[in-house]
Amino acid sequence: MVHQYKSNGYNIVLDVNSGCVHVVDDLAYDVIAMWENHTPEEITAAMLERYADRPEITRSEVEEVIGDVRALQEDGSLFSDDPYRDAVIDFKQRNAVVKALCLHVAHDCNLGCKYCFADEGEYMGRRALMSYEVGRQALDFLIQNSGSRVNLEVDFFGGEPLMNWDVVKQLVAYGRSQEKEHNKKFRFTITTNGVLLTDEILDFVNKEMGNIVLSIDGRKEVNDRMRPFRNGNGSPYDLIMPKFKKVAESRHQDNYYVRGTYTHFNKDFASDVLHLADEGFKQISVEPVVAAPTEPYAIREEDVPELCAEYDRLAKEILSRRRKGNGFNFFHFMIDLTGGPCIYKRISGCGAGTEYLAVTPWGDLYPCHQFVGNTDFLLGNVYDGIQNKELQDRFKLCNVYARESCKDCFAKFWCSGGCSANAYHFSGDINGSYEIGCELQRKRLECAIMIKAAEAEAAAQEKQES
Amino acid sequence: MKRIQTLNSRNLKDSLKVGGCGECQTSCQSACKTSCTVANQHCENKNK
Repeated sequence: MVHQYKSNGYNIVLDVNSGCVHVVDDLAYDVIAMWENHTPEEITAAMLERYADRPEITRSEVEEVIGDVRALQEDGSLFSDDPYRDAVIDFKQRNAVVKALCLHVAHDCNLGCKYCFADEGEYMGRRALMSYEVGRQALDFLIQNSGSRVNLEVDFFGGEPLMNWDVVKQLVAYGRSQEKEHNKKFRFTITTNGVLLTDEILDFVNKEMGNIVLSIDGRKEVNDRMRPFRNGNGSPYDLIMPKFKKVAESRHQDNYYVRGTYTHFNKDFASDVLHLADEGFKQISVEPVVAAPTEPYAIREEDVPELCAEYDRLAKEILSRRRKGNGFNFFHFMIDLTGGPCIYKRISGCGAGTEYLAVTPWGDLYPCHQFVGNTDFLLGNVYDGIQNKELQDRFKLCNVYARESCKDCFAKFWCSGGCSANAYHFSGDINGSYEIGCELQRKRLECAIMIKAAEAEAAAQEKQES
Repeated sequence: MKRIQTLNSRNLKDSLKVGGCGECQTSCQSACKTSCTVANQHCENKNK
């Protein structure tokens, strides 16, 4: 399976099964487009006719390109086959360890974000804070169910986790106290709106947490429209922006993200990403809201072309800024073409319901934070473990090959089949799909590869000049 | 190849033999929480 497209002056060919990316000229691009359904003779004749006004494209030139394409095919980096399916399904069925928890330490929030999937922190339930005892039991559950995995991830989530800060500190201390005895390494992270963030809290976070996700949507009017205080008064942006700048600097512009959501109301979201960059942030993640189509702020199918154009605009601006030495990382354009995750990771999905679980303030286990509150997806609790094995088995079978819509998608080994929660909310099936999300994911991948192509070209030019 | 430049030397199929250790970060924990992004995850397999 091959995907080819033109972007920002580059002709790009992605061989899906090998993950190989080729940047080609027009002639090679056209030869590759005909490759699967035509003979070499037919391709040669077609190219000589198409490029009749370009005398430098001779029969021998076309035949040379055909030879190159054949060599790449024989090498397994173009038109390669798919040997993964059986291996990966078997892998996921065997894989029964838990390695990551999303700890909902507070089902309460001091903001009233209009798009909050957590129902302004309460998850369709009651306001509650996790006790230290429940949190400790959750960490014990993680240790006991993590098999030989060394690295264990715990994200302090909410609602707003700083509303239960003392428990967060105690749980970090407890986790650290267990590492040596059990040969585990806890990687703590926190996701916060910043309202309660203080210097003291920041010192602790910088000492103990591998990542901090800072929620902010971009420009002041955009942020405050969708992320107001619960009483509607004042500007959350004005309160959090100086604090977030301090976080970024104190962490040397690394191991954090300012993380925003864009909606139907700010389809020009590239301006929000660039606003965050202009404010000095170097690690930025802004992504589309996921909401019921009936919500006025939901992304609609007719928004997609405009949103794709925004991704193009953003990609070009990122390249321009990098050339000037003022670049930044945009989470959804970050790809690693030389390393990156193995094929098992790429096919196995996000791990929700298997290696990744969410824990409510009272210790219930759900497949992920987005299912919390829907009791159809209650898996068990931190005291008794997984009770609903049948539900967990369904999640074990979530993978790229279980989703019909992934079958012919060029992005499948880069998004891992997408989000099961989004799929469920839009199709009623955890193995379904959320087509708007898929369209935007494909666009982001195209932009990310284009950036790599441009950077490779710039590096080659630099080398030539030196 | 003068008309074709390959950007990456690594073929995903190579990882079929040595991958699957599971030590890498859970994709949703990183910075999204509403999507699934694996393309930018780091491989943490020490036995590659």
